[in-house]
Amino acid sequence: MSNMATASCNVDELLAQAERDEAEKLRSIAVDKELELEFDLGNLLACDKNRLETRDFTGEEKHDFLRSLARDNTQLLINELWKLPTERIQEAVVAKLPEPTTPLPREKPPPRPRPPTKWEQFAKLKGIQKKKKTNLVWDETAKEWRRRWGYKRAKDNTNEWLIEVPQTADPNEDQFVKRITAKKERVAKNELNRLRNIARAQKLKVPGMGLTPVSRQSKDDLVRAASVARTSTASVGKFQERLPKEKPAKGTGKRRKFQPVIGDFSAEKDKQLELLKMMESKRPKLNVTKAVNKQMREDDREEAAARNSKRGKQAGRKGRRDNAAPGKGKGKMGARGKKAGGKPQRGKPSGGKKSKPGKR
Amino acid sequence: MRPLTEEETKTFFEKLSKYIGENIKLLVDRPDGTYCFRLHNNRVYYMSQNILKLSTNISRDKLVSVGTCFGKFTKTNKFRLHITALDFLAPYAKGFGVAAKTTQECRRVDPMSIVVFHQADVGEFIRNEDALT
Repeated sequence: MSNMATASCNVDELLAQAERDEAEKLRSIAVDKELELEFDLGNLLACDKNRLETRDFTGEEKHDFLRSLARDNTQLLINELWKLPTERIQEAVVAKLPEPTTPLPREKPPPRPRPPTKWEQFAKLKGIQKKKKTNLVWDETAKEWRRRWGYKRAKDNTNEWLIEVPQTADPNEDQFVKRITAKKERVAKNELNRLRNIARAQKLKVPGMGLTPVSRQSKDDLVRAASVARTSTASVGKFQERLPKEKPAKGTGKRRKFQPVIGDFSAEKDKQLELLKMMESKRPKLNVTKAVNKQMREDDREEAAARNSKRGKQAGRKGRRDNAAPGKGKGKMGARGKKAGGKPQRGKPSGGKKSKPGKR
Repeated sequence: MRPLTEEETKTFFEKLSKYIGENIKLLVDRPDGTYCFRLHNNRVYYMSQNILKLSTNISRDKLVSVGTCFGKFTKTNKFRLHITALDFLAPYAKGFGVAAKTTQECRRVDPMSIVVFHQADVGEFIRNEDALT
């Protein structure tokens, strides 16, 4: 009897356990939320706007709370993902995500408007408006409409078989070659200006004067180009000989850069104070007392030696020393004693001393 | 108008230190406002920040002077101090009299010698106006 009871108890227990497991499974998929989550499946984003209790965050069980919250929300997101249309690519089931709906902020700052080119600046200054030009131009020689520029353009002089030599030109000059070189120079100049505009827009550097040829090269441009060429050697132009009449280029020094007038005042102050500190430390700290004592001892010794020799040479002769304005001289040195040091008081104090025995 | 470069500041401070010693930092770092040195036409001017900001509105060729002129840099970049700097240097300068004897000598001196010449101090002329003839 008791066995049957325990068996049935076991069975009941098992059934209850199985029911509980089923409920668990279902619960694990179904999540109950007050407010539905907002989904942006394009970005795999789920926004949970349900209210939270702050004590859940601050209590001891905050980790568990956070984990369960994360699990629930992720479950909901994945439920949504399973609702999407799927396709099969190479044995993998793939869900097709819709377009993302949340606008993401810019990663980098928006591009600055590019600075106007030289022509644009000039046109703005002069008030020149852009004139709309027609696409086709009437070509008289071919009696048809031709495009303004490019392939089979209206006025194309490249294939001319006859060029008249103008009155002012040298008869031995090749006009055809002249035309071709002029065109090349125009193209090169245009290219250079285009690059310069780009460089100005991006604040880059472009090769300097005279290196990229312009049709009218002035004498200084050429001289500068020559000097750049001379310094572009391994020894920076040290062993390059000059031609007999070649003069060095002017204006090759480095351009000095000054700080702005209204810069960072505190930084300026700090720099000046540092400079002062450095100057203070570099100045040899003169112990004025020691220096003066030393000097006076030396003077006494000299004086004693001189007196002894004098006694030998000139006995009885009164050695009066001219003391006119010793004070002023000493005074100057006294006031600037710290800087001038003990040395300048060389002859004068001893001169004062010598006068005393003379007076007596 | 521009701030002084490192070398210019150095020469300038060395000259000033001959008169006021270490007290230059009291000119640089003032409790009652930010003052600064600026160079204009080779002359060094000392002015407050507000004056500086106002003066930038005047074109270079029309600007004659800003603040007080401390002195100028000569052609060979030596600094020459001007009398207009006196008002700023006087409070920090050392001593009113001019010493005739050094401190050590004062101890070994005879009773009749002169130790310090008192030449004048600021305001003496005004104080003793009645006494002077």
